[in-house]
Amino acid sequence: MAMRYENIYPDHRIILEWVTPSASVLDLGCGGGELLYLLIKQKGAHGHGIEINVEEIYKCVAKGLNILHGDIENGLADYKDQSFDYVILNQSLQQIRQVDRVLKDALRVGKKVIVGFPNFAYYRSRLQILFGGRTPVNAALPYQWYETLNLHFLSILDFVEYCREKKIRIEHKGFLGKDQQVQLFPNVFAQTGIFLISGGKE
Amino acid sequence: MSIVQTEYFTFNELMLENGEKLGPITIAYETYGQLDSNRSNAVLILHALSGDAHAAGLHEGEKDPGWWDSMIGPGKAFDTNEYFVICSNVLGGCKGSTGPASLNPKSGKPYALDFPLITIGDMVNCQKRLIDHLGIEQLLSVVGGSMGGMQVLSWLVNYPQSIRSAIPIATTAKHSPQQIAFNEAGRLAIMADPNWNSGNYYDGSPPAKGLAVARMIGHITYMSDVSMAEKFGRQKKWSSQKEKFTADFEVEEYLRYRGDNFVKRFDANSYLYITKAIDHFDGFAGKTVQEAFQHVKGKVLVIAFKSDWLYPSYQSQEIVKACKIAGLETSYCEIESTYGHDAFLLEIEEESHLIQHFLKKVFYDYEVTDGYAI
Repeated sequence: MAMRYENIYPDHRIILEWVTPSASVLDLGCGGGELLYLLIKQKGAHGHGIEINVEEIYKCVAKGLNILHGDIENGLADYKDQSFDYVILNQSLQQIRQVDRVLKDALRVGKKVIVGFPNFAYYRSRLQILFGGRTPVNAALPYQWYETLNLHFLSILDFVEYCREKKIRIEHKGFLGKDQQVQLFPNVFAQTGIFLISGGKE
Repeated sequence: MSIVQTEYFTFNELMLENGEKLGPITIAYETYGQLDSNRSNAVLILHALSGDAHAAGLHEGEKDPGWWDSMIGPGKAFDTNEYFVICSNVLGGCKGSTGPASLNPKSGKPYALDFPLITIGDMVNCQKRLIDHLGIEQLLSVVGGSMGGMQVLSWLVNYPQSIRSAIPIATTAKHSPQQIAFNEAGRLAIMADPNWNSGNYYDGSPPAKGLAVARMIGHITYMSDVSMAEKFGRQKKWSSQKEKFTADFEVEEYLRYRGDNFVKRFDANSYLYITKAIDHFDGFAGKTVQEAFQHVKGKVLVIAFKSDWLYPSYQSQEIVKACKIAGLETSYCEIESTYGHDAFLLEIEEESHLIQHFLKKVFYDYEVTDGYAI
């Protein structure tokens, strides 16, 4: 099937390239199911999403997706080891309370895990803190401190360091600026970091 | 609204799950829509404790439509332009199917307590006979709320090859002690009524007071704190009576009305038999989930409601968990509602949205769809 890349979010584009055809996927915090839909449609993937927001669930069902209403925090316990080729936490990692526990469980349930999160060390954020003295609000972190759902503020370096500590293998990484991929100094210029990881130990 | 008629299917005998034989058995049923040429569009609707075969449309000369009319009909969740919808009255019921009020062929009198204890599985076995009789090898879906949802689970476990999908709504794989307790209070109210007379009241006055109290208890559990407050508040009824314990509040009046009304249309012995069947139901029949769902291939849509405290969502989540473990294609949604357990009869818009899209996916057998409208 020919890939159609117009109107696809850049982070979804990267993930689509990584996922092997006919893979089984579990999308944690899948929102309205846009990514899951693309994975099924374009990569022949199968699987389902977990989402907490009812309105988003209605959208998923309308797309014909299998969707379970629930929170990510407790959603993984029921699955057997290595149940999925990929467990996806795209833009949901920073909203989980117990990141460490969930990531560990995701690496248990999935052969590989895909993680996407806003880079807190994005240069605009740095400038806003340094010169504005204010909590950053920009394309990577679009919400005010009093309305954001983000619980954790991590940088790309933080995540790389975390993986090194936990002996998690980083197989692929992608960094996104405003519209395009960032090659140079991603921890400064990327708004979003996306990682494909596997393995991991205590 | 279209005029519909109840039909009847009678077969000789059924071996019950407890080993006893019962027969002949009549099952009352209604159908809506047309069965397609390859018999692939049949949906079986399974009713709750006090429901009946009359799920949609109007009976000749009556003004109240069937109990799920808002969900079944042209363009509705169960679109009768697309699907052939069947609803039957359960075994043990009193709305046309064989139950304790039916004539016992051996004595020529109503069975009363000579009627054997039946199970949810027995009800489903009768439905299977009906489906066979209608020439349907595989149902597109089996759907039901509350006790209807238990029948859905029983279909999944006992006839996995005969269904392409299942939609259990506001239900549980087995009753909690609290749920059994409410049913037992209802049963004791019936049996405490002197008119009950050990079930032998068919040639005299029925245990109307006992049955009305049982129904009152039921109704309390079907509503929520919020829905009661919204519906009744603390409104007092104006009364010229000088008696001490009249129905002062609107909620009291309502429950009395509901109770008295129920007596006109329901048999007290049926209430005893059916609630017992519900209490004893064990969805996985003592097996592990893997064993129970071993042969299930169908897709499952589980629906719960936020304010339902009679069948709280954790019970639906247990069903979802079982589906997950068995690796079934499953969707689950807990719909926002303040209606309590009654929500499955009232939250039509949300329920329709979920069911419509789910059924279409199963019927046309696709993974995802482009043509979605949100």
